[in-house]
Amino acid sequence: MSKRNFTNLNMNPCKMCMPMGAAIAFKGIEGCMMLLHGSQGCSTYIRRHIATHYNEPMDIASSSLNEKGTIYGGARDLKKGLKNLIKLYNPQIIGISTTCLAETIGEDIDNIVKDFIEEENIKDIQFITASTPGYGGSHYEGYYYALRKIVEHQTNISYPNNTLNIIVGNISPANVRQIKKWLKDFGIQYTLLPDISNTLDAPFNNSYKKITPGGTSLEDIKKMSGAKATIEIGLFVPEKYSPGKYLEDTYGVPLYRCPLPIGIENTDYFFNILSEISEKEIPQEYLEERGRMLDAMIDSHKYNSEGKATIFGDPEIVYAITKLCMENGIEPRIVATGTKSDLLKKMLIEDLCQKNYNSVVLENADFDTIHSYIKKNSINLLIGHSDGKFIEEKENIPLIRIGFPIHDRVGGQRLLTIGYEGSTRLLDTITNTLLQRKYSSYRSDLYRRYYLTSVDYSELK
Amino acid sequence: MTNHENFKTLDERKESIICNSKFENRNIKCDTNSVSGAVSQRACVYCGARVVLNPITDAYHIVHGPIGCASYTWDIRGSLSSGEEVYRNSFSTDLREQDIIFGGEKKLSNAIDEIVNRYNPKLIFVYATCVVGVIGDDIEAVCKRAQEKYGIEIIPVQSSGFAGNKKSGYKAGCNAILNLISRYPKHKKEFGINYLGDFNLAGEIWIIKNYLKKIGVPIITKLTGDSSFEEITKATKASLNIVQCAGSMVYLAKQLEKKYGIPYIKVSFVGIEDTINSLRNIAKQLGNKEVIDNVEKFISVQKKKFEKELSYYKKRLYGKSAAIYVGGGFKAISLIKQFKELGMKTVMVGTQTGSQDEYDLIKSLTDEGTVILDDANPTELEMFIKEKGADVLVGGVKERPLAYKLGIAFFDHNHERKHPLSGFEGAINFAKELDITVNSPVWEYVKKEGEKDVKKKFYKFEYESV
Repeated sequence: MSKRNFTNLNMNPCKMCMPMGAAIAFKGIEGCMMLLHGSQGCSTYIRRHIATHYNEPMDIASSSLNEKGTIYGGARDLKKGLKNLIKLYNPQIIGISTTCLAETIGEDIDNIVKDFIEEENIKDIQFITASTPGYGGSHYEGYYYALRKIVEHQTNISYPNNTLNIIVGNISPANVRQIKKWLKDFGIQYTLLPDISNTLDAPFNNSYKKITPGGTSLEDIKKMSGAKATIEIGLFVPEKYSPGKYLEDTYGVPLYRCPLPIGIENTDYFFNILSEISEKEIPQEYLEERGRMLDAMIDSHKYNSEGKATIFGDPEIVYAITKLCMENGIEPRIVATGTKSDLLKKMLIEDLCQKNYNSVVLENADFDTIHSYIKKNSINLLIGHSDGKFIEEKENIPLIRIGFPIHDRVGGQRLLTIGYEGSTRLLDTITNTLLQRKYSSYRSDLYRRYYLTSVDYSELK
Repeated sequence: MTNHENFKTLDERKESIICNSKFENRNIKCDTNSVSGAVSQRACVYCGARVVLNPITDAYHIVHGPIGCASYTWDIRGSLSSGEEVYRNSFSTDLREQDIIFGGEKKLSNAIDEIVNRYNPKLIFVYATCVVGVIGDDIEAVCKRAQEKYGIEIIPVQSSGFAGNKKSGYKAGCNAILNLISRYPKHKKEFGINYLGDFNLAGEIWIIKNYLKKIGVPIITKLTGDSSFEEITKATKASLNIVQCAGSMVYLAKQLEKKYGIPYIKVSFVGIEDTINSLRNIAKQLGNKEVIDNVEKFISVQKKKFEKELSYYKKRLYGKSAAIYVGGGFKAISLIKQFKELGMKTVMVGTQTGSQDEYDLIKSLTDEGTVILDDANPTELEMFIKEKGADVLVGGVKERPLAYKLGIAFFDHNHERKHPLSGFEGAINFAKELDITVNSPVWEYVKKEGEKDVKKKFYKFEYESV
C-alpha cells in the first residue's frame, strides 16, 4: 500500500529537504546564525518558506556557490561567506549546513571550517557543521540530525547535574512555551533543545535585533552530558540522527523516547515521565486539565463519530493525531507521511488494527497518491499542514491546519496543540469543523432525502 | 573581528549602493553574482526559469533533482488559468543517494514515460537542478530521445542553480520558449500582438486583454500567464511584441525580433501614468488610426471613472514616504511613478536583478537623497529604512516580517498576490492597499510601545451623572 502512484516521480511533494529541518533547529540556539553551503537559491527558498509560517524575519546566509566554486571547490566561497556573515551579524555560533550541490562536489566542510578558524584566528565563535544533502532524507531527519551535531559538538564528559534534557520535535513556539511551563510547574531544571519559543515568535518591541534573543544557550547545552535523563520527543528518529541516543551511548544519560503529547494517552505518557524523573506527583492543575479534556471528549463523542479523516505530515505529528482521532472515535481512514519510515508504518498499523480500523497507511508518499486514496474513500476531514490546501480546494473537504508549514493562514507559530489543554483545543476545532458541515447541510440533505423522493410502491407488491 | 558599533555594510557591497546626489557620478554595480555570506534576497537560476515557464497552464513541469526544489515551488504563485490546471502540480524525480552515485538519467527517462502514459501531455518541461549539472546527467539527450519516441514536446531547461543568478534563469526559461516556437513553421503575419512578461497574477492579464480588446487590438500569444502549448506555437503570427516584465522577457523579445522580424516595445500597465502611456504607445506602433482614436476615448472614460476614488486615497497618503525592494528594475520604476501620482516620496529603491539603464532611470526619477541599492540584504534594508524614516516598505514575502518587526507598514508586491495591480483598477487596488496598511490603527499602539504610562489608564464610572 505504500507505493506511490508513480514509481519514478514524486507528484506534489509531502516533504521538504534536509537543510530545511536543520535551519529550524539552528534557529533554536542562542546567538546562532546559519550558513548554507550551496547555491544562493537554497537559502532563499528556505527563508521564504519559514518566513511565511512564522511571520518572523529569517536570515540565512549562503556561500552562493557559482560555476567556478562548483568546478574548483567551494572552500573560498565558504570562507568568504563565513567572514561576511560574522561582519554582518556578529554571532556567537554559526551553524553550517550543506546542500545537494556541496555534498555532490564532495566538500569537506569540517576541514574548510578548521582552516578558516586558524587563518582568521577566531577564538570566540563556535562553528557547528551538519551534512544535510537534499537527497539524504527529508526535513524531518535534517532537523534531528542538526540537533545531534549540535550536541556532539558542544558536549564533553562533565560532572553529573540535576537537569533534565528535553529534545523537542518540530513544534510551534507556543507548544514549546507550554512544555517550559510544565517543567517549571514540576520544579524541573532543564535544557530544552531547540528553544524556538522566542526566536521564531518574538514579541514586538521597539528595538529589533537581527539575531532574535532567546534560544538554548551553549552553557546549557554543555550541561546535557551530565544530565540525569533525556526526554526526546521523536519516536521515529533513526538512531544515527538522534541526539538523545548520542547522549545515552556516549555519556550514559538515560533516554526516554516519547511521542508528541497530543491526545490523552500520549499526554499521560509524557506527564508520567515528568513525574518519574522529578519524583513528584503530577500537579493538581494538570489533573484538572485532564478531567476537563475527558469532559470535552464526552461532550463531543457523538459528533466526532462522524469524522472520517485523512492525516498527513511529519511522522511525529501523524502518529499523535492518529492517536487523538482513535481515542475520540474519529476514523483515521488515510494516514500518510512523505518521509521514509517503516517504523511509523509498523506502529500505526499495529495500533489501528488493535482498534479494528482498516486504514490506509502510507510512508514515503506524495500528495498525488494521498489524493487518489481520498477520491476512493469518503473523507470529511483533512488534518495536516498547508500543502493539503490543493486537495481541500479540489475535493471541497475542510483542512484543519497543524504542523509545518502553514503558509496560507496566520498563527501557525501560535498554535497550542499539546498537552491536555492543547489537545482539547485541537479536538474542539475538529469537532466544530464537523458540526459546521452538519449545520450547513442537514436541512437540505434531509429535504432531498425524504421530501423530494417519490414513494416506492413496489415494496408493497 | 570587526567593530560592530561603527558597522555600515560589507566593503564588497559598497559599490552596489549609491545615494542619489548631484555630487555622485558613480555607476551602481549590478548584474553580478551575489556576495557569499551577504544574505542576499535573491533565489537561483532554477527559480528564474520556473517563474517564466510555470504559468503555461497545460505544461507538465518535471524538476529533475532531489525533492527540495519541487517542494518549495509547488503552486506558490498566483497565476490564474482560464483553462487547464496542470501547471499547479509539481513533479520531481526525487533523486536519492543511489541516484546521485549511479546517475539519474534512467529515472528521468522512466519518469517521462510515466507521465506520458498517464496523462497524454502535449508539453513537458524538464528542469535541471544543481546536482544534475554535477553528476553529468545529459537531460538534453534524454528529452530528445523521449521527444522522438512520443512525438510530443519535451523541452530541457538548463537551470542548474549555481550556473549564474536568477536573471540567467529568466534567460533559460526564454530559451525554452524559443526552442518550442522554433519547432513550428513561421506563420503568416496577422494584425495582433504578443503580450510578454505578464504572469496573470490575480487575473492581471485578463484586465489588460480586455483593455486591448476595447481599443481593437487582439492578443495572439500571452507569455506566459494563462498561456498554453497551442497558443505559444502561434506566436510568430504577431506583428508586435509588447513586454511588461522587462527583466525576465526582454531577451525573448529581442530574439523574436532577430529570428522572426517581430518588433517589440516595453510597456508597463502598473500605475495610471504608465498604463496610459503604454496604450498610446501600442496604438502608435501599430499605426492604426482607429486604434489611436479608441485609445484616447478609452483613457478619458477610465480616468473619469476612477478619479474620485483615487483622489480619496491621495488625500490619505499625501506626504508619506516609501521604501522599495522588489525583484526587477522595471517594476521598481513603475512603483516610483505610482508613488509620485499619489503624492508620496520614494526614499529608498532596491532591486534583485535591475540593470544599469534601469538604475539610471531610477536615479533620474527620484529625489536627492534617495538611496539606491542592487541585491540588498536585510542588514542594509533595515539600516536605510530606519535612516530614511520610511512609512512603508514595498517588497516580497521575505521582506514583510522585517518591515513589521521595524514597526512600519508593508505593501505586498509578490507573486502570491490575490488582487490585481494592473491597469486603472489595479492602480485603485494599489492605493487602497497602501491606505489600509499605512493608516492602520495598529501603528498607534506600536508607537506607544515602550511608553511608561500605557497601562495607567482607568475607566471611571461616570454613568450616574449621565
